[in-house]
This record gives sequence, structure tokens and C-alpha cells, in this order.
Amino acid sequence: MSLRGKAAIVGIGETPHKRDWPGRTMYGLCAEVAAQAIKDAGLKREDIDGLITFGSNVYPSTMAEYTGIRPIHFASQVGLMGSTSGVALTVAAGMVAAGVANYILFVAGGARDKDNPEASDRPSQVAGAMSEFITPFGPAAGANTNYGMMYSRHMYQYGSKPEQFAKFAVNQRFNAAKNPLAAMRDPITVDDVLNSRYVNEPLHLLECVMPVAGAIAFIVTTPERARTLRQPPVYLLGTGIAQGVEQSWLTPDFCTTPTAISAPRALEMAGYGIKDMQFAEFYDCYTILVGACLEDAGVCPKGEIGNWIDATDTTYKGSFPVNTDGGQLSAGQLNGTGASGCQQLVESVRQLRGEAGECQVAKHDLCIANFNGGSPSNECTVVLGTAAAL
Amino acid sequence: MTTPNRPAPSKPLPRPANKALSKPFWDAAKRHELVMQRCNACSGWIFYPREQCPVCFSQDLGWAPVSGRGRVYAFTIVHQPGNPAFAGDSPYVFATIQLDEGVRVVSNVVGIDPHQVKVDMPVVATYDDVSPEWTLVKFQPTAS
Ligand SMILES: [Zn+2]
Repeated sequence: MSLRGKAAIVGIGETPHKRDWPGRTMYGLCAEVAAQAIKDAGLKREDIDGLITFGSNVYPSTMAEYTGIRPIHFASQVGLMGSTSGVALTVAAGMVAAGVANYILFVAGGARDKDNPEASDRPSQVAGAMSEFITPFGPAAGANTNYGMMYSRHMYQYGSKPEQFAKFAVNQRFNAAKNPLAAMRDPITVDDVLNSRYVNEPLHLLECVMPVAGAIAFIVTTPERARTLRQPPVYLLGTGIAQGVEQSWLTPDFCTTPTAISAPRALEMAGYGIKDMQFAEFYDCYTILVGACLEDAGVCPKGEIGNWIDATDTTYKGSFPVNTDGGQLSAGQLNGTGASGCQQLVESVRQLRGEAGECQVAKHDLCIANFNGGSPSNECTVVLGTAAAL
Repeated sequence: MTTPNRPAPSKPLPRPANKALSKPFWDAAKRHELVMQRCNACSGWIFYPREQCPVCFSQDLGWAPVSGRGRVYAFTIVHQPGNPAFAGDSPYVFATIQLDEGVRVVSNVVGIDPHQVKVDMPVVATYDDVSPEWTLVKFQPTAS
């Protein structure tokens, strides 16, 4: 498919250009031109379902949070200095042509305020648009705070229990015993998880990932080329990309992740239902996240993941294997944004090829993989399959 | 190995991304009052403060007092603070508070054993003058 004639620019916005602009921040100025472009196009805020931001520290989830735009079908960053806007246009064209999203907004900007250097164009400073209202209260390390709060809310709202979430860590460790690449391979029990120290309650140490060194990669090509190469192709059958907000406690239902949108969308594109999936590789920075995202993907009704895990063997030998290589909880979380979730993708490929060694699942033509960023803020779900699933 | 002369780490004070924008919030906190940004066009409450309403895109925004009463929406008991300056306080409660007006903030729940804190517990604002310049709005249990 050629992109020629497959996309158009339908709305624009631009603020005045000022040497110094007291009282305004990058996010505030970007919000203003986003509104201008939407109005110019004759659209409503709710019509915008895709968002591309610039650089590496201006996250779509933060821009979405600040502006009120909900990019529930596509989001990305493009950070290529002077060529950013052209590349973003090309990416957006491909996405709208492919039906991934309907209206993709690209927005970029910068502030200059000589009286307030904090507000000036320093992405590392502005990435957290609301840090003044968080850091003075002593959040836990990394992303632990929001996942700990989500965990407590899930227990309150649905009656789920720590001994149920602990099972994800236990079953994944069972799988890791057969994965020579995993950092932690010794078996653990539910009691081991519950007796490990709290990082921040209700999150136990063995429910949180440990950062590790390592690297990971994959190569993509066309189906035609793929069929001429050495390995059996693993086909992308469906994809969904949904953004929430950077601070997930701001969303109406803290326990529902953007996977509730991205997973059905990926499955719909693939022409399969969740019940057709033979196994799942789900981003697992914390046990609570695996559980919440599996619910949102539809393995069970929302809130019933506790009973589901009690009744389901998620080991590689089980009825619905989850994180067959031990996941990040056992293998260790690769340092570097983007590297961490790639484990779930590479393990999907290994399993679908039938090359997963001792932790190979029995049926391996079709799987679902989920990738998460933020608190949870950014979700992408894909459905992958072999030629038999095409 | 110890470094005996190193001063104890200090807890971070608020560092506003936009000082003028959030000044009414911090000024009110210093007076031991809680105010929230509110959109004059659609009447929606806005937290954190912004330059433009995230619902209707209006830039006609003001401030209004809120009750300071709410409920614990979610919480975590921090044993391992991200910033070592909080180590002496641990374990302590970091919580999402849903104010009666519907708007949510994060803060500490104080004046209670952390293990007695429950989701949906009614709380009310309390003011912690952490420096001559800054007052933090925290929450403590109250009768419903
Ligand atoms: Zn409004």
C-alpha cells in the first residue's frame, strides 16, 4: 500500500512567537495550539484519538493529562530534532491510512520566561507537569507509589487479596526456572511473596521488578520478504495503542487501565476473541499490573482476577500460560525505557516459533502481548500469530 | 565508611513549574485554607492548576474555596521512600484523596496509625507549615 493520497492535514494552530513570555509554560502553550487546531478543523476535543509529541521527555500521557485530549487509539513521540514534524506527519499518515486512529494531533512548543527559569524549555523539568503537588509528600521510589495505591483500591473495590496477586509472581518464577536468561530462577511460594518485606504496602518486594542490565532487539519486514527468510514468520495480526494520563489516580476508575481499550481493539483487528488466545505475555512491572491488564483484556470480568488466578494454571504447562519466560518479575527488568517491555515481545516470538525450550507452551499459533508504561499511563496491545493464524 | 559532616538530606519543598499560576493555591495553604482552580466557562474543578481548561479549552479560569473534606480513594504505606529525606518518617501513608467536590489530590494521611487507614475513610484537610514560605495541605481522619 502506498501512502500517496492516503492522508491530509485538516487543522492548524500557532501562537505568537515571543522572545520572552512570562507566565506561560510549554504545556500551557501546547494546550492552546491544540485547541486552535481542533477548532480550525471544525472538530471536537473528543474527536482526537491520536497524539504525537516531540522529544524524549514530553510524554503523550502528560500532554493528554494537561490538555484533556484522550489519545485512546494512537500515541507516539518523535524526537528527530529539525525533522520531527515531517516524520510525525509520515507516521500519522500511516496510522490513519491503516485505520489505527482517525484524527492524530501533533503538538510541540517551548516556553521562555526570564523571570522563571523553571518554566523555560527544559523537558526534564516539565515532564512532570504537577511535581510540586507530589514530591513534597514523599512518594515511594520509581513508579511504586501509584501501583501501591492502585493495589489498595483494587482490594477495596473488588475484594481481591494479596495471596491471589502473589500467585502471578509464583507461577512466573516456576516458568523462569526453565529460562536460562532469567536473573532469578529459584522457586518461590505464596508465603515467600507475602513474607518478603514491603516496599510500599500492599506491594511486597517479590511483587516488584528488579532492574537488570541487558539488551534486546527485533527486526520487522514485509510479509513477502519474511516468507523468503530463515525463520517462520510471526505476523502482527492486530494492534491497539491507548493513552491514559501520567498520574493514573486522576482517572475516574484507577483500577481500569488503558488496556481496556487497546486490547479489544487489537483483537478486533486480528479477528479473534480473547478466548482464542493460547497464551499471554503481559508487561509485569508489578503483580497488580498483570492482574489489572488481564482483566481489562477480558480474560475474566473486571474485578474478578483474584478468583480467576485461583482457578487458572498460568504456568507454561497450564491452561492459560502467562509470562512463559518468567516475565520481568523473575527475569529482571531490562534497564532503559522501551527495553523492558521488549522481553514480552521477544518471548512471544520464541513461543510462536516453538523455540522456547523447556518452557515451550503446547499450543503456539496465536498469542496476545501487552506493553505498559507510566503509572499505568501508556498501553499497547498486540495480537501475534504464525502462518496458521493468518 | 561514613561521611560525618554531610548534612541530613532535606525534604523537597514545592517547586512550581509555573509560579504565578499556582500561587493562589500556595498562598491559601499558608493561610490554612484550601482552594481549587475552577473554570469560569464550564464550572469544572481543575487539579492540578493549568493555563487552559482540559474540558472546554477556556482560558478564563479562577479559584474557589473547597470544603477540605473528602475520602481516602486509594493509599499506599511507604516503607522505602524515593527520597531518603523521608526515611525517618517511614512507614507513612501516601494517599489519593477525593474531595467532596469530586476533585482528587495526593497527600499524606496523618494523625493516625498508618495500618488503621482504610479506603473510603472520611478525612479533612490539615495544614503543615513546613517552612516559613511553604505550607503543605495534608489530611487527617474525621467523623463522616
Ligand atoms: Zn472549562
